[in-house]
Amino acid sequence: MTDLRQTKTYAVLTAALFMMSLLFMAGAAGAGEERVPLPHPAMSEKAQKAENCVAPVSEMRRYHMQYLKHQRVETLRKGVRGNPYSLKSCVNCHAVKDKAAGGARTADAFCSSCHKYAAVTIDCFSCHTNKAADRKKTSAVQSPVSQLAAHLEKAAKDRSLLK
Amino acid sequence: MGLRDNYHRLVDHGPFFFALMLAHALVILLGLTAAYYMEHNGHYVTGMNNQVVWGMPHVFAVFLIVAASGALNVASISSVFNRLAYKRFARLSAILAVSLLAGGLFVLLLDLGRVDRLIIAMTSYNFKSIFAWNIYLYTGFFAIVGIYLWTMMEKRMNRYSKYAGYAAFVWRLILTTGTGSIFGFLAAREAYDTALLAPLFIASSFVYGLAFTVLVLLTMCWTLGITLMDKEFVQKVRGLLIIFTVTVLYFTTVQHLTNIYATQHHGVESYLLLTGGVIPAVFWGVQIVIGSILPLLILAHPTLGLTRHGLSLASVLLLIGGLGQMYVIIIGGQSYPLNIFPGMEATSSWIDGRFAHYVPSLAEIVLGVSGISIAMLATAMALKVLRFLPNPIEENNTSKNKPEAKTAGAA
Amino acid sequence: MSTSNKQTADLARRRFLSGAVALGSVSIASGFTLYTASARPKGEPASSKIRWGLLIDTGKCEDCNICVEACKTENGWEGHRGNLTDPQWIRKVGLTDKRTGKKQSLPVMCLHCEYPPCVDVCPVGASMKRADGIVLVDRHLCIGCRYCMMACPYGARSFVHEKVTNQKPYMPRGQGTVESCTLCAHRIDDGRIPACVEACTKSGREAMLFGDLNDPQSAISKRIVQVSTTKLRADLGLEPNVRYVNF
Repeated sequence: MTDLRQTKTYAVLTAALFMMSLLFMAGAAGAGEERVPLPHPAMSEKAQKAENCVAPVSEMRRYHMQYLKHQRVETLRKGVRGNPYSLKSCVNCHAVKDKAAGGARTADAFCSSCHKYAAVTIDCFSCHTNKAADRKKTSAVQSPVSQLAAHLEKAAKDRSLLK
Repeated sequence: MGLRDNYHRLVDHGPFFFALMLAHALVILLGLTAAYYMEHNGHYVTGMNNQVVWGMPHVFAVFLIVAASGALNVASISSVFNRLAYKRFARLSAILAVSLLAGGLFVLLLDLGRVDRLIIAMTSYNFKSIFAWNIYLYTGFFAIVGIYLWTMMEKRMNRYSKYAGYAAFVWRLILTTGTGSIFGFLAAREAYDTALLAPLFIASSFVYGLAFTVLVLLTMCWTLGITLMDKEFVQKVRGLLIIFTVTVLYFTTVQHLTNIYATQHHGVESYLLLTGGVIPAVFWGVQIVIGSILPLLILAHPTLGLTRHGLSLASVLLLIGGLGQMYVIIIGGQSYPLNIFPGMEATSSWIDGRFAHYVPSLAEIVLGVSGISIAMLATAMALKVLRFLPNPIEENNTSKNKPEAKTAGAA
Repeated sequence: MSTSNKQTADLARRRFLSGAVALGSVSIASGFTLYTASARPKGEPASSKIRWGLLIDTGKCEDCNICVEACKTENGWEGHRGNLTDPQWIRKVGLTDKRTGKKQSLPVMCLHCEYPPCVDVCPVGASMKRADGIVLVDRHLCIGCRYCMMACPYGARSFVHEKVTNQKPYMPRGQGTVESCTLCAHRIDDGRIPACVEACTKSGREAMLFGDLNDPQSAISKRIVQVSTTKLRADLGLEPNVRYVNF
């Protein structure tokens, strides 16, 4: 019986400690004058030039995650291509120059500003590249492999392979 | 309230118990660290690779999951088969079963490539997958054994305890069948692809589960300095362990004999039993000699087999043998190359024609062992919180009267 | 067959779909459409009327690694450890007949089974078969349990054992998930043939033939009725869509 009482005492003490720490944190947050500044996502040139995103900005802000999720199912599982809400398109349009990526355009600055503010962790970029597919850098024509491929293609054509 | 009951909470324990629990807590902490290390770096830091895709964590996880269903055995014997001598330990056996399952799942989950996606495993199902069925079987096991415990521990529910016991017994048989089928359904791997794995796993579960139950009971006896098992019970457990171990040996023999008879499986059999290096060494040395023959000799011994020391030693050996058995099944089955081109010798920069060299990393082993610690710590915590432990018996008193009186009261 | 006339004139949409798609059209324009494949119109799902397949002629397959290298370049997979933890979407297997000593070399990748065991066993439904027969891993769902790798009779799948960076925009890859040959679904949808097939053909070996197994007029279908083909592990009844000839 004494044992049970002890357990109860411990439980009450723990609960009280927990409540106190909660109150303390709430107080600390309320007392501070400064609030976390609102995010201002970096706008890429491309995005600025475009009159509108694939949907009105207010709509994109609220629903982009649903659109992305819907389309990822459509594209990967059903093979639907060319729909407007692809992550690749987001990155290509919204990416800005990123020192961390050696000057390449990445979507980090654009995506993370709001996600940090809203404390949202996304794992898109654990698989998808955050780099924009800029033609100069990744152009198929310039890589040695495609040069070789082009050469071979020509040779193959000469032998009238392409019926 | 406590006086009317024949059970008590774990209270008067010595420093040994605290030290043991502290050790378990430490191992769990190390296990979590190991899991973080593996997740952070990626699985290349483990011994696992693209051929041996399941390693030491799975050996321990499957071992614990199989043991979990077997630990419920004591409860089942009392409820389903009406053996009153086991009734006293039914609660303990049920809580141990739940704890072992939790330990096994803990290891299994922390080894996933994407642990953060646990929610997907809980919400997205492919019902053609035996793995998906197992997720239901595991959660169902928690629920059913939980209800079973409730019917046993709540006086007003006692009359339903028999039915709950039946349900739990059937469920645990299905669960172990499911676990065995995870391997049995793999037609592509020569070492698996047999329905025998399901009954083999069920027989193994009886061994592991009962061995765990015995060890927990004996630990409690030493910790509390009381006697929980009378001579008669020791005798019964000894008999059961012998029968179960022989059954496992029987299924193992049949499984290998069937394969040896079929010419196409000669390669895999000679690998598992003779030429596979570590695998046959573990099979003969750990599973057969240390894990089956030796405990059988101890248990069959006319004097040693009747002592609690003999029983505990045999149980420890049986558990080591069980881990060996899982190692041979899980690692051995994968390290033998896939036979994609029968009659040909295949070589590649990849897995073709290779007998995979699997060396478990420390992190994997620590994560695996931490599963056992989770199970033990969870059981201990439960024993402290609720009345799972049967009251000690006085040495001269035959225990027969007590359970009988209790069931009469309950009915 | 050009695809540009099929594309919708939705300007706003086209502007948004700048980079990668434009890149794709360039490749189409350079025109290596050996087989009468055309890009699927935008917004249209893969059709079950099509069943993509490969026929690998081991008689023409030489002891080279061109298909493997092409796949690596195209899809951006590469190992850094030099052991079995490295990914391998396609591999060259050297075979020696145990009795006759006859040597052969052939590529093995995901065989895109009609009845894929990897899809059957996947607990979360990440392993999947597209309507046109391409077997894929939906890595949005993959939890990295590796049960599909246990079930695959061909060892076609790899688990990503380490962090991945610099993925191709069209081929996301990530640590802790399982991956395998996609039959270059991104290229097929674009009206192009898989990278391995293209490379093999360009090298002049022509050991790989790609096409629609459901279309009796396709080159691959015509060939399959002419010669006797081998399905690996035919005993399992998985009906792989990648078959071998002269083997």
